[in-house]
Amino acid sequence: MNGFFPILKRELLAYFRSPVAYVFIIIFLVANAGCTFLLGNFYDSQQASLEIFFLFHPWLYLFLVPAVGMRLWAEERRSGTAELLLTFPVRLTSTVFAKFFAGWLFIGISLLLTFPMIWTVHFLGSPDSGPIITGYLGSFLMAGSYLAIASLTSSMTKNQVISFILSVVICLVLVLSGWGVLSETLNTVFPVWFSDLVGQFSFTTHFDAIRRGVVDIRDLIYFISIIVIVLMLNVVVLESHKAS
Amino acid sequence: MIRVNSLSKKFNNLLAVDQVSFEVKQGEILGFLGPNGAGKTTTMKMLTCFIPPSSGTAEICGYSILDDPLQVRNQIGYLPESAPSYDEMLVGEFLKFIAEIRGYSGMELKRRVGIVIEKTSLSEVENQMIDTLSKGFRQRTCLAQALLHDPPVLILDEPTDGLDPNQKHEVRSLIKDMSEERTILISTHILEEVDAVCTSAMIIANGRVVGYGTPDELLSQSLYRNSVTVSLKNENPRKLLDDFNQLDFVYSVEHVQDDREDLVTMRLYPKNKESISRKLEEYLYKKNVQLEQFTVERGRLDEVFRQLTTED
Repeated sequence: MNGFFPILKRELLAYFRSPVAYVFIIIFLVANAGCTFLLGNFYDSQQASLEIFFLFHPWLYLFLVPAVGMRLWAEERRSGTAELLLTFPVRLTSTVFAKFFAGWLFIGISLLLTFPMIWTVHFLGSPDSGPIITGYLGSFLMAGSYLAIASLTSSMTKNQVISFILSVVICLVLVLSGWGVLSETLNTVFPVWFSDLVGQFSFTTHFDAIRRGVVDIRDLIYFISIIVIVLMLNVVVLESHKAS
Repeated sequence: MIRVNSLSKKFNNLLAVDQVSFEVKQGEILGFLGPNGAGKTTTMKMLTCFIPPSSGTAEICGYSILDDPLQVRNQIGYLPESAPSYDEMLVGEFLKFIAEIRGYSGMELKRRVGIVIEKTSLSEVENQMIDTLSKGFRQRTCLAQALLHDPPVLILDEPTDGLDPNQKHEVRSLIKDMSEERTILISTHILEEVDAVCTSAMIIANGRVVGYGTPDELLSQSLYRNSVTVSLKNENPRKLLDDFNQLDFVYSVEHVQDDREDLVTMRLYPKNKESISRKLEEYLYKKNVQLEQFTVERGRLDEVFRQLTTED
């Protein structure tokens, strides 16, 4: 793991050195509050829980996480620093994971900054802390899956905008495949097992259970394996770029 | 040391590097010359294991670039073309980051960063953002990065590109100073550089090696090799031309334009490019002429370069 921590540290520093980080955090917090209180009618639900808060995360991440991940490799290739980074005595796998973890930590920090939501529900009532903890955990894991995809698309192009659009599209497919409306439509044409299968690949299906406080090891495995598989693909893409 | 064995690289259908072989020993500085797009950078990228070769192989200090890329990278200090670095970092921060990646920490890290900052004269910009640096400082920051781990092999892709004459001179003397215990490969398209720093030079064109040797060996291929230019006062050009043509050691004579009207300037090309200065000196002495200028040429690298790279 030689080189892992220096690369992670540098990458994380790079986030905070650019104004994008602060813009991101502010938009993330404002969007979270907006979704929970305005769209989700938090007060009307009369519940001291964060279910509504987490409900919107798959949709928020859809646009915000690709914005965090788009620069990971695209910028490196555009500025030529890839040639420096990839000629250090560090394994490519370490480099890919180090950069990913930096972005993930950054999202994690943003997520932690939503702590006033926890105060709010404690102020309003006495919430069950189980679903709150699992909700945060699930949300963080899901963000990691989005980010892995964004990292992959970032390695495929020098252009951050293309990277952003590509990852939004891929993530949208993974969000929508678990959407109720879609599975009902599929049920009219295909047998039920088919829509279930499609749903199994979705972020939302796996996140919904965790969000409600039900931690199924399969859901955790789903997110972790998405991250690992996509990042391995990321390594393969970078290797093949070098070859051609 | 660097040993390259028929290295080739194909991009789709374009043969960028074609069976290149060469060797650089410790203490040597090999200048890698060639027109833009000749394959210099591609060869260097293969040696640093940034891109894999299509065929052939190379060894850096005994480690194969195919089997042992991590060890190879440990042996090499690499300055990529255009000297990339992270814009949002401070110079000192950047060097510290590279030192950490190279596995140093604590006092040793500080010591090494301090040494390269001093070597490349970066102390005045140590706390400056790389983004705000001039081209010369950027180049030196990236060069400093390549020296941190005191590597036995240095691969420098156009190290003096974009520097002013003083900075060029500094970087060249830095490279020369370091050459004793190292093996250095530098690419350049500045021909004077080869004569100034390199112990040997290799010219490549269209991916193939077309010339190899010490700078002097390359110069000996020049048409101007050992030609002598003389300027004489108060002479009749036609008469002088005839006289010089009679000399048995002269292959041909050329009348060169001169901006002073009372001078006649002739360039004499020797037979077989041999040295004729002694004989000519004697001849002119006997002839009792008013000699204003007497210049012997070693040869012209730019002419050899054009000759070798524009064939076929």
